[in-house]
Amino acid sequence: MLKIQDLKVEIDGKEIIKGLSLEINKGEVHAIMGPNGAGKSTLSAVIAGRDEYEVTGGTIEFDGKDIMDLAPEERAHAGVFLSFQYPVEIPGVSVTNFIKTAINESRKAKGLDPIPAKDLLKLMREKQQLLEMDKQFMSRSINEGFSGGEKKRNEIFQMAMLDPKLAILDETDSGLDIDALRIVANGVNKLKNEDNAVMVITHYQRLLDHIIPDFVHVLYDGKIVKSGDKNLALELEAKGYDWIKQELA
Amino acid sequence: MTEEDKLLEEVTSAEYKYGFVTDIDSDTIKNGLNEDVIRLISSKKNEPEWLLEWRLEGFKKFQKMTEPEWANVHYNKPDLQAISYYSAPKPKKKLDSLDEVDPELLKTFEKLGISLEEQKHLTGVAVDIVVDSVSVATSFKEKLGELGIIFCSISEAIQEHPELVRKYIGTVVPQTDNFYAALNSAVFTDGSFCYIPKGTRCPMELSTYFRINQAGTGQFERTLLIADEGSYVSYLEGCTAPSRDENQLHAAVVELIAMDEAEIKYSTVQNWYPGDKEGKGGVFNFVTKRGICHKSAKISWTQVETGSAVTWKYPSCILKGDNSIGEFFSVAVTNNYQQADTGTKMIHIGKNTKSTIISKGIAAGYSNSSYRGLVKIMKGAENARNFSQCDSLLMGDKSGSHTFPYIEVKNKSALIEHEATTSKIGEDQLFYCNQRGIGTDEAIGLIVNGYCKDVLNQLPMEFAVEAQKLLSLSLEGSVG
Repeated sequence: MLKIQDLKVEIDGKEIIKGLSLEINKGEVHAIMGPNGAGKSTLSAVIAGRDEYEVTGGTIEFDGKDIMDLAPEERAHAGVFLSFQYPVEIPGVSVTNFIKTAINESRKAKGLDPIPAKDLLKLMREKQQLLEMDKQFMSRSINEGFSGGEKKRNEIFQMAMLDPKLAILDETDSGLDIDALRIVANGVNKLKNEDNAVMVITHYQRLLDHIIPDFVHVLYDGKIVKSGDKNLALELEAKGYDWIKQELA
Repeated sequence: MTEEDKLLEEVTSAEYKYGFVTDIDSDTIKNGLNEDVIRLISSKKNEPEWLLEWRLEGFKKFQKMTEPEWANVHYNKPDLQAISYYSAPKPKKKLDSLDEVDPELLKTFEKLGISLEEQKHLTGVAVDIVVDSVSVATSFKEKLGELGIIFCSISEAIQEHPELVRKYIGTVVPQTDNFYAALNSAVFTDGSFCYIPKGTRCPMELSTYFRINQAGTGQFERTLLIADEGSYVSYLEGCTAPSRDENQLHAAVVELIAMDEAEIKYSTVQNWYPGDKEGKGGVFNFVTKRGICHKSAKISWTQVETGSAVTWKYPSCILKGDNSIGEFFSVAVTNNYQQADTGTKMIHIGKNTKSTIISKGIAAGYSNSSYRGLVKIMKGAENARNFSQCDSLLMGDKSGSHTFPYIEVKNKSALIEHEATTSKIGEDQLFYCNQRGIGTDEAIGLIVNGYCKDVLNQLPMEFAVEAQKLLSLSLEGSVG
């Protein structure tokens, strides 16, 4: 589904990703772990198409097609979803209005009519329940005055509504208390099926107790330096990133 | 190249939708401004002597005044001698039904999205339309007449209800108020008139569409709206003009009178031609709007300003009566080389008077948007309250946003709050929307409409939808 080959990325002339390759197939859950500054968030932003990063080498294919020249919204229409580490506030735009616009823009790109209001409301109710969200939440301005937990829950709610092929969760566990973590992870697990894939970016093992990865990759200094199964995450948790650094030295 | 950089280069790609010219035969008098022109206007309109005198008095005062320069706008002052002060579509005979209206003119209304018949039957909005200088059609008059409501062109009111016009004209905006108000007093050619009798709630929205059509004409309309004791009216005005290379002058005066316990809601969607991408042409919109509130009365101004090359406009409230309320809700969008200096004045005279000001400025391209507001609490205004919120949204780094709040308080019991914010549409917000599949133009529309929600919510439903579209359209293509 996602195939990254020898990717190199710079920002302001500084190389952040230095030749990264990664392949994610449908039905799989991949975890990307690594210390601060390793390039984890850069990787997610580049896949989603953020243009402040300059890609200086390599390729990104999605569903067999090169997506490097696609605008972020076109990548979204193709089925890429990014759950933001720091979701932004948009004052005056309700969660309902935002998600309705997002769904209808994707439908428009596919030549479909806007979603009927009845279907939208039904879908929203379903996904609200999945993420244990209050109905009043839907009329609040998106992310404005949301707690850390609410923001992340709202991200996963949008993911549920948009039903992407590839969901990238960028530090979705940061700022979550235990209960919110459980709800968010539970939501992701229920949305998971054999046709989609999830890429979890995290510092810590604790999210991976809930969302069990098929593969764990360690990103360090712009490269994947080690890959393994879920046990690698446990090993990292026990030994710390210094262990990787020493191994590489 | 970042989004912000692209914004500098890519200014709006959206063409001005209303920039067509209607090919109708007009009766236009020679350019120039002098006493004879004023006499000619007055005689063409068959006006009573007192009004001619009033106009001439206004003209004398005008001649002693100079054009104001304190506003934060820069433009070449219009040559007032190069303007024709009267232009009317022919034939000028009085129209009783739409069938008598020039078919070319009716086509214009269709292009403007005003189907009179449809308006009549479906929306229940009564419409008065002013093209160039004269009012050409007022719908729904009979139905309103049954309630004693008068809604017609001011020319007609001068003929039919001279006592009302004479009693109130110039009482809220005196001839000497300012340069353009004085000019308007001398040469105004038409506008709307409305009177709501005591205790009457006007059952429909009253609406006026203003259109400048003829080249080289100025539009000087005068609107007078009187809500008698305990009455209520909601009034809408919309404005468009053809795209022309030269600047056209629009200098209107609007006077509102809210008697005891009356309420007036006055909404404007101003979409005069803003000039082209290089800042050529466009309407100079120099307007004086003011209302007076008697005891427990309320006046609410709502404006969505997207058009005009230069806007200079401060819809204000004189809160004379005890317990009266003034409100001002404004969205001003400037793009390309547009300039807007707009805001309000709230003059608290009566006890327990309250005012609210919500202003949202949006500046894109090379434009400049200024908020200028005065909150004045007079000595006798015990327990006056004011809340002001002035927000500015900048797009790109070539646009400017300015705030000039003035506060004068002469009574210690006053409570005044002022909040102000300045923000930019961030790349983070745009990317967030993009990532959810929302393209940049749609994202800007979404963000801007969200930002203006508090103001748009004040508009009547049909108008709010139109205003939302207009906002998105005005900013379309302003981010690459």
